[in-house]
Amino acid sequence: MTHNLILRVVSKSLIPLIIVFALYVQFHGDFGPGGGFQAGVILSAAIILYALVFGLDAAEQIIPSGILRILAGLGVLIYAGTGIVTLFSGGNYLDYSGLVGSQIAGQHLGILLVELGVGITVFSVMLIIFFAFAGRGRP
Amino acid sequence: MIDVFINVILLAFLAITAVAIVRMTNLFAIIMLFGIFSFLSAAMFIVMDAVDVAFTEAAVGAGISTALMLATIALTKDHDEKQSVSYRPWLPLVVVIATGAALVYGTLDIPTFGDPDAPTQTHVAPYYIERSAPETGVPNIVTAVLASYRGFDTLGEVVVIFTAGIAVLLLIGGRRRKSTAVRDEREENDA
Amino acid sequence: MMAGFYTVISRGNLVKKIIGLNIFQVSVFLLYISIGTVAGGAAPIITEGVELYSNPLPHVLILTAIVVGVATTALGLALVVRIKEAYGTIEEGEIHEQDHSL
Repeated sequence: MTHNLILRVVSKSLIPLIIVFALYVQFHGDFGPGGGFQAGVILSAAIILYALVFGLDAAEQIIPSGILRILAGLGVLIYAGTGIVTLFSGGNYLDYSGLVGSQIAGQHLGILLVELGVGITVFSVMLIIFFAFAGRGRP
Repeated sequence: MIDVFINVILLAFLAITAVAIVRMTNLFAIIMLFGIFSFLSAAMFIVMDAVDVAFTEAAVGAGISTALMLATIALTKDHDEKQSVSYRPWLPLVVVIATGAALVYGTLDIPTFGDPDAPTQTHVAPYYIERSAPETGVPNIVTAVLASYRGFDTLGEVVVIFTAGIAVLLLIGGRRRKSTAVRDEREENDA
Repeated sequence: MMAGFYTVISRGNLVKKIIGLNIFQVSVFLLYISIGTVAGGAAPIITEGVELYSNPLPHVLILTAIVVGVATTALGLALVVRIKEAYGTIEEGEIHEQDHSL
């Protein structure tokens, strides 16, 4: 699809918007609808759109699959690590109340970290799956 | 009242799309219809006040699933479903109707749609609704329950997704090397 | 919902089977969400002046279920791709024939 001018121009202006929206969904998930799951999917959709329009190789240059694999593990680690940190700060596993200062601030930080871990994992796993499917078709 | 009206219309559309998917044989059209099905169900989730779920369904069901299915039929190069010789629709139909009748019988005991006094509404939900904002400072109850009260569940879900990613990588991750060679050999032997 | 179930057990095409499974799944989600609905309730995001919210618990469960669902769908599709490479077809009947003829 590399020759299609309209697609290239439109997607070039659309992809930054999609990424910004994904970040908004990620960090505004506490107040409105959204959260890590949705943000990860939207962010990966932006990259998938890029891969569809500009070709798979260009997309893999932005995010090499090695980095994606590390990111997928990193997301789970952030999540589980938050739980470990709460253990050290005197609470139960994944009980964020004692993370910082007051209970509400601790809960807020904990939820933010956990959602970040979810978002990173979902984003990278969706891209891993897509690249696996798309890369299979190459000769 | 208007909610129920919209719900009925959307449900009718859902049923029509599902039946169309069953009856069609062109896989490309089926996948497009599945995208429509996902969007319709996302609309239903919004009408039933589940905005977070609708968001996810629209992004995941209509976006990622459809793209993956298209990638699959591109890989398998099989755009039409063949009607097999031994195709007998009656036994599955009977089984399905029997199961459906049992389920409909089961729904007779479910409290009325939208009843505020139903057991689901009076068990743990009021606790979450009343306490989540003061305890976590997060207005979105769904996020609070997801990440804080049921953090353990969500950790499990994330690990499941991670595992699925690894499994897909193991299955179709690398370049194809041996499997095609073996198949070509077999085809040559057959010919 | 029953249409999805019917597709799963009656059709031989593996991609179509997975789509049927997905329809099945979405119907179950609809059932859960409809149980959590409260007539006249608002979406479960705390806003001033709103007293009645719908039940957030089914939303949480289904939210994660959808994402896990797409992960399992991807796994199933990956299996389909491998089956196609190994057998050269994605029709269940033809796969059985090949198995018997070996």
